[in-house]
Amino acid sequence: MFGHAPEIPVFPSPLTAPLRLAPLAPMGLALTLIARRLIARHPGLIARLGDYGDARFAIDPTDLPLTLLMHPHPTHTRITLHRRPPEADARIAGPLAGLLGLVHGAYDGDALFFSRDLVIEGDTSAALALRNAIDDAELDLGAEIAGLSGPLRAVLSPLIAAAGRVTGVALTRVEGGMA
Amino acid sequence: MMELVCPAGTPAALRAAVEAGAHAVYCGFNDETNARNFPGLNFNRQEVAEGIAFAHRHGTKVLVAINTFPRAGQQDIWHRAVADAETAGADAVILADLGLVAHAAERHPGLRRHLSVQAAAANPDAINFYAETFGVKRVVLPRVLTVAEITAINREIDAETEVFVFGGLCVMAEGRCSLSSYATGLSPNMNGVCSPPSHVVYAEEGETLAARLGGFTIQKAARGAPAPYPTLCKGCFTSGDTTGHVFEDPSSLDASELIPALAKAGVTALKIEGRQRSRAYVKEVVRSFRAAVEAVDAGRPVPAGQLARLTEGQAATTGAYAKTWR
Repeated sequence: MFGHAPEIPVFPSPLTAPLRLAPLAPMGLALTLIARRLIARHPGLIARLGDYGDARFAIDPTDLPLTLLMHPHPTHTRITLHRRPPEADARIAGPLAGLLGLVHGAYDGDALFFSRDLVIEGDTSAALALRNAIDDAELDLGAEIAGLSGPLRAVLSPLIAAAGRVTGVALTRVEGGMA
Repeated sequence: MMELVCPAGTPAALRAAVEAGAHAVYCGFNDETNARNFPGLNFNRQEVAEGIAFAHRHGTKVLVAINTFPRAGQQDIWHRAVADAETAGADAVILADLGLVAHAAERHPGLRRHLSVQAAAANPDAINFYAETFGVKRVVLPRVLTVAEITAINREIDAETEVFVFGGLCVMAEGRCSLSSYATGLSPNMNGVCSPPSHVVYAEEGETLAARLGGFTIQKAARGAPAPYPTLCKGCFTSGDTTGHVFEDPSSLDASELIPALAKAGVTALKIEGRQRSRAYVKEVVRSFRAAVEAVDAGRPVPAGQLARLTEGQAATTGAYAKTWR
């Protein structure tokens, strides 16, 4: 009996055009700020990384023309964006929706890996530690981003939720079960 | 109703299992005392205590797996784990080593003792020895027995039996398998890691994905085929003109359809493997099996599962229970 991987939405190609021209440094800075806020609120995330707390992770959404390089730290986590996959201790690649789904508990990492929807290269231990740490942290990126928007939060939260429903992408933490 | 014993590799997975309907959850400390000693997994002492408190508030039991074999001269690590599990309020400890079982029986007589599958107790004489000598209340049976053999065992023992029904399928004499040690120097028995990820490398080589363990290429998968499982026992090897899975096919166990037969065989508890899997996996599998045991308890057929996509290697088997595989 062979199973089937879940259908993972692919980021629409026409929408990636602006990203090819967008300045990477400001976007990296914004992501850095979000990551630092997340880690401050979830210190267990760094603790769970253990020996890999200083590793460099390349997070590569294969349907976007850029790769994130994340260097975790209890207070000075840094994220930079790159046009090509940069050197890293571990590279985790897959469709953006798959990567977000892992963060939000919509997908199982092993299932995506064995179905080849997810690619892991480099230090397998580091990648595994990151996956387990993120899974335990029960992150909600949608809520975090809305939280950073101050008075606009009341507007942004329902917009993020609606975008998730329309696109089928887990933009917020999944409570009910897998997609 | 049969007891559903569910995996928790992290506190989040424990909460997911409890909320999905687990009767019991098993977990381990974040060290070599448990057989799933993987990066980023498991519980520190405080997390175990908090996890037990959470589970108990929901009427769920917590079993702490201390199921590796203590190293000579360093037994204190394992002894401390047993003591800490009792202090944290664990409902039972799952042990494999004969000496550790004896230690727990002598020093922690009030702490319920289960025998891990790692002890490989597969016949009535062995099980009765553990039960009579050390007061072991439950034995997790190896995944090599047929339902008929389980029935025969249950007729002759004075202990509960627990069997695996879903997840990774190990058909070796568990606790005695040296394949991982041979390739990496580390094993589930002594270090808590079968195929430690520090020794696993996946490499895209043109159209194929190669899986290597300790420098040995153990399988290559063509584009579109499921990624190879990184254990030697599920590897694909060439010998002479023959290429194939020498030890076992890379299938996972799904014995959900056999739950009625296992109940009839006298099995007390059904175990789901997967402490290394995500909270999403735990939630979905536990929910599905809770519905299955409730159906069997009510005399209804087992609902058709939707779990195939979650199996390792994406292929499932009923394993040795029905002996329909090679």
